[in-house]
Amino acid sequence: MSIEPSWYLTLAAVLFSIGVIGLLIRRNVLVMLMCVELMLNAANLTFVTYSRALNDISGQIAVFFVLVVAAAEVVVGLGIIVAIFRRKAGATADDAHLLKG
Amino acid sequence: MSTYLLAAVVSAHPTIPDIVTFVIAALVVLGGALGVIFNSNPVHAALMLVSTLFGIAVLFVEENAQFLAAVQIIVYTGAIVVLILFVIMLLGVDKREVVITDTFKGQQYYAVFMGVLVLVEVLLLARSNSWITGAKSTTKALSPTTSNVSQLGQSLFTSYLVPFEATSALLIVAIIGAVVLARQPRRNQSGGLENGETNDFELDDPGTDPASADASLANEEVPVKSVNTAPKDEGGQKVSDAENELGVSR
Repeated sequence: MSIEPSWYLTLAAVLFSIGVIGLLIRRNVLVMLMCVELMLNAANLTFVTYSRALNDISGQIAVFFVLVVAAAEVVVGLGIIVAIFRRKAGATADDAHLLKG
Repeated sequence: MSTYLLAAVVSAHPTIPDIVTFVIAALVVLGGALGVIFNSNPVHAALMLVSTLFGIAVLFVEENAQFLAAVQIIVYTGAIVVLILFVIMLLGVDKREVVITDTFKGQQYYAVFMGVLVLVEVLLLARSNSWITGAKSTTKALSPTTSNVSQLGQSLFTSYLVPFEATSALLIVAIIGAVVLARQPRRNQSGGLENGETNDFELDDPGTDPASADASLANEEVPVKSVNTAPKDEGGQKVSDAENELGVSR
């Protein structure tokens, strides 16, 4: 249990960057949602690592709240995606640029 | 068990099993993440996401956050990814698609550049100071003897009670939002939309009035078919192949 925290932080930074790249190059809204999950998980890993390194429980509490927010985000995001696909099958993120209510 | 954990926390140098566990979990995490962004099939991307989340859970165990590791698997892979898979299969987008589409010229190069820039910035910022700064144990110290669950529970229901209650409000709002978004607009006798109902997310044709929404939906198949049956000349083989793939995903 005593691997250097910097290893975890580097891994989390790489994971976050992969999420960023995926969010920028993919146009499928579902895959973009998964990339957001990757970035949230990178942040979670950082929180837990700092929780251990600073000997403080609060980092783990923050991860708990991130999990709740991620669940809510996925539910609302998928609701929006279903509403978009009902109007236009196979819509990508580029097709939804009008923001017409 | 607790004495074993205590000994593991106290030991200063990483043992061989720790390093092996970390390296394997890190490879699973990164491989899964790359699989998510480079898989052309959304279902495979979701399964790759599962492997990433599982690797993260292993790292949580490695860092003595056992409860979060369990919650990670139960909530993320058990609920969130299953939800995403449900939507993928319900919408019928579980087909191959073009992974990289350029909205403007050279978009993927800019995207990779920005991603690497983020990574370099984060690592530079972390290295310019030491990795970890800040006071230790400002709220509540981790205790190696009491279990992780009871520590989290004690903290959550004392120091963090108000944020905990706020998350319940957040979840209610999310549920109501999902129900409102996923609901079919009600139709009246004449087939049109009722008063006050708006035609959400009309993407094709901003000028259409709500009553003709069905007609525009019915006509959507036409351009897809015309792409699929487009005559292929020898020179434009590659282009029309790409268009075909696009047509399959649409």
